[in-house]
Amino acid sequence: MEFISQPWPWFVAGPIIAAITFLLFYFGKRFGVSSNLETLCSIAGAGRFTDYFKIDWKQNTWNLIFIAGAIAGGFIATHWFSPTQIVELNPQTIQDLSEIGIQNAGATYLPDEIFSIETMLSLKGFFILIVAGFMVGFGARWAGGCTSGHAIVGLSNLEIPSLISVIGFFIGGLIMTWLILPLIF
Amino acid sequence: MKFLKFFIVGILFGIVMTKAEIISWYRIYEMFKFQSFHMYGIIGSAVVLGMVSMFLFRKNMIKTFEGQEIHVAPKKRGVYRNLLGGILFGLGWALAGACPGPMFVLIGKGVVSILVVILGSILGTFCYGMVKDKIPH
Repeated sequence: MEFISQPWPWFVAGPIIAAITFLLFYFGKRFGVSSNLETLCSIAGAGRFTDYFKIDWKQNTWNLIFIAGAIAGGFIATHWFSPTQIVELNPQTIQDLSEIGIQNAGATYLPDEIFSIETMLSLKGFFILIVAGFMVGFGARWAGGCTSGHAIVGLSNLEIPSLISVIGFFIGGLIMTWLILPLIF
Repeated sequence: MKFLKFFIVGILFGIVMTKAEIISWYRIYEMFKFQSFHMYGIIGSAVVLGMVSMFLFRKNMIKTFEGQEIHVAPKKRGVYRNLLGGILFGLGWALAGACPGPMFVLIGKGVVSILVVILGSILGTFCYGMVKDKIPH
């Protein structure tokens, strides 16, 4: 139990993710989370606006079930396996974040400056959350996948489109982290 | 019952995302600041082990539980779509500190504001579907 309540190191998490990828293939499916966003659009009736969403979404039910499991897993791990919410960070990271306006870095999983209820209810805070999500959703469909489909499965399968996409993920992530985040808070 | 196995694998996914702190905004920030090996180790080891699985699938040494060959369909090609879509995704990933998997796991963690991010991602997906014929791929 001691081990379960500790944060898990990379050499535990990476192999488990590889095992999840393997199991989904063994069950005849391909790991890819962002496809669910497309399925949700189809269920909500987006097919009335464009043929792109006129798909038989029932064939993706397995993936929605997978996501329901992921939500349950987040609940289970948070409530039963995590005695602390502290994220141990490099002191340099904490200092860098303090300088750009994010205080108490690592005290909880997420910064209040982005995710607290008060921030969400402010105009600027709401805008940041919705724009962040918008870029993830639009970008994932444009690139044809997200971290799971491209960075994990695509790179494992030595696919050039996935390599280009992952390079794109990093260009975008570096621009946001180094150039844009310091201007926001 | 045929869906139960996906629910169980999903639970495992949610637990590992939470316990390895992959759902923490800070882990994504420090990755893009090159201040920790954590995320690189996770993605790197998952990819290396994934390559072994792919090799076994390609050699037909492992079939699905129903005995079918495992064929990994290649992703759609297109430098514009992969690069521009990837950059847009990366901007959102670093701002939200979460990609689609962790977004859903954070609901289970009880983070109310992540629902706004998910709403945004559904809107983004919808808008892509509306304009996809007008943007470069």
